[in-house]
Amino acid sequence: MMGKMILKQITHNGLWYNNPALVQLLGLCPLLAVTSTVVNALGLGLATLLVLIGSNIIVSLIRQHVSDAVRLPVFIMIIATFVTITELLMKAYTFDLYQILGIFVPLIVTNCAILGRAEAFASKNTLGLAALDGLMMGLGFLLVLLVLGASRELLGQGSLFRDMHLLFGPAAEAWLIQPFGNDYSFLVFVLPPGAFIVTGFLIALKNSIDQNKNNRDKRERGQPVKGIKRVRTTGYIR
Amino acid sequence: MNYKQISSPQIHKRQSTDRIMQLVLIATLPGALILSYQFGWGVLLNLFISTLTCIVTEALVLKLRHRPINIHLGDYSAVVTAVLLGLALPPLVPWWVVVTAAIFSILIAKQLYGGLGSNPFNPAMVGYVVVLISFPVEMTTWVTPISLLPQGVSHPGLWDSGMIVFAGSVPIDGITGATPLDLFKHSKGLMVEQIYNSNRLFDNASIAGVGWEWANVAFLIGGLALLKARIFTWHGPVGMLGSLTLMSMLFWDAGSSSSPGSPLMHLFSGASMLGAFFIITDPVSSATSNRGRLIYGALIGLLIYIIRAWGSYPDAVAFAVLLGNFAAPFIDNYTLPRTYGHSQRRRATAKETDKNV
Repeated sequence: MMGKMILKQITHNGLWYNNPALVQLLGLCPLLAVTSTVVNALGLGLATLLVLIGSNIIVSLIRQHVSDAVRLPVFIMIIATFVTITELLMKAYTFDLYQILGIFVPLIVTNCAILGRAEAFASKNTLGLAALDGLMMGLGFLLVLLVLGASRELLGQGSLFRDMHLLFGPAAEAWLIQPFGNDYSFLVFVLPPGAFIVTGFLIALKNSIDQNKNNRDKRERGQPVKGIKRVRTTGYIR
Repeated sequence: MNYKQISSPQIHKRQSTDRIMQLVLIATLPGALILSYQFGWGVLLNLFISTLTCIVTEALVLKLRHRPINIHLGDYSAVVTAVLLGLALPPLVPWWVVVTAAIFSILIAKQLYGGLGSNPFNPAMVGYVVVLISFPVEMTTWVTPISLLPQGVSHPGLWDSGMIVFAGSVPIDGITGATPLDLFKHSKGLMVEQIYNSNRLFDNASIAGVGWEWANVAFLIGGLALLKARIFTWHGPVGMLGSLTLMSMLFWDAGSSSSPGSPLMHLFSGASMLGAFFIITDPVSSATSNRGRLIYGALIGLLIYIIRAWGSYPDAVAFAVLLGNFAAPFIDNYTLPRTYGHSQRRRATAKETDKNV
């Protein structure tokens, strides 16, 4: 019974409550840089997911044998190993996508979401839990990347699932949808400012959903719900 | 000092937000009139579309934010944003460009930050920059000034302009062309004298381009009227125009082939005067103290010249203003004025520097 609760909590943490992209705001560099299309987002998200699961497993396995003083370099070495593996896999099977993602594949090493999970979770928990945490955190990150990639592709280029053949073979070329016609283009959403704007809206959406749920729960329990506070622009409320 | 003796009653003049905004709107009139004379109905259509969109967006967002709509719409700040945006956009640009810019101005740059008084960036310039980098083709097509139109061609009338703007019909040849700053940007290797002689934009001893210089003079007049009415102090405009003049004098290079143009051309071409008197004087997004505004203006003038001369865009007022907006809190932090009764200027306290302390 207890074990089930923990599993549920880890899942909820990774996908929603402690989502690496929307709450921890970690790994923003790839998040902002490569999410201009769905296929880029999916490629990088899967690569990150793979690295995260792998590093969490290994870190959890060696957690009794590495002294605190050298743990960070060791974690980074483990992460770098998995990034190299992923990089080689991508070179072998999805070379075109690897070339589009470019420097951001090796840069997964510096994604603080991965080091953060190694440090905060995997180095303190058993193998199974660490693997599940890696999977859920990675999925949470991947989902945000996908939503971001889809909205930016739709708003910026007016298409969805462009170039999916890079990941799923030639048959996927037919998946391309262009609801606004061929010549639609809105460059801001293709460029980095669009990533910031869309991410901001996603965070706001998540916070507002959480707040509404919170208020509803309070009302059901009969507790008073605070109204919207006026944001003061001068002076400080202490 | 010799103070004028004024006996009571000292009449206090009402200086509310809506009054200031109304005066700003009135002061843009000469510029708007000259622009629409020079460039046709497109200017008025821009103003119309952007005002309508700004007001509707502002009302919708205020409703979403549960704010009183009448009070906030009644301060005319959305209209001022709309008018500045409409004046900055190229005439006869498709309607959706204007609508996009207006929505970005009000929704993203103003209301998301908390509405009038809380926006760190000038809303009109944010909207302008968004469409400038998003739709480069539409945004870099300018209408030819009236006196340079080919024989027998005139600007499209109201109906035809509407068709171009709303229905996407293609304007007839010859009514669009390069702006003076465009010309300078793309005539590398020519001496200033040769550029002046080779293009009719500089006909009849024109210094900053036919049409453009008069529009700028009109904005200068409107701006000086606002200065006289004490809507803003002289520090911002003087800082900006001063550093623009200084930079263009330093790099004038006697009109050689590497010269980016004369000081007079830089002062009276593009959006210089509109920027100096109507955009950098925005009290919300600029620096606060007089010294701060002088520095803020000078920084913007410097950036305008740098981007115009060596950047990839022909005009740079919008980019420079946004960069200046970034710097404004920093400038404020180091230019606190001397408070009355104190002999020295105060340093910013830790509390003012970092809001999280």
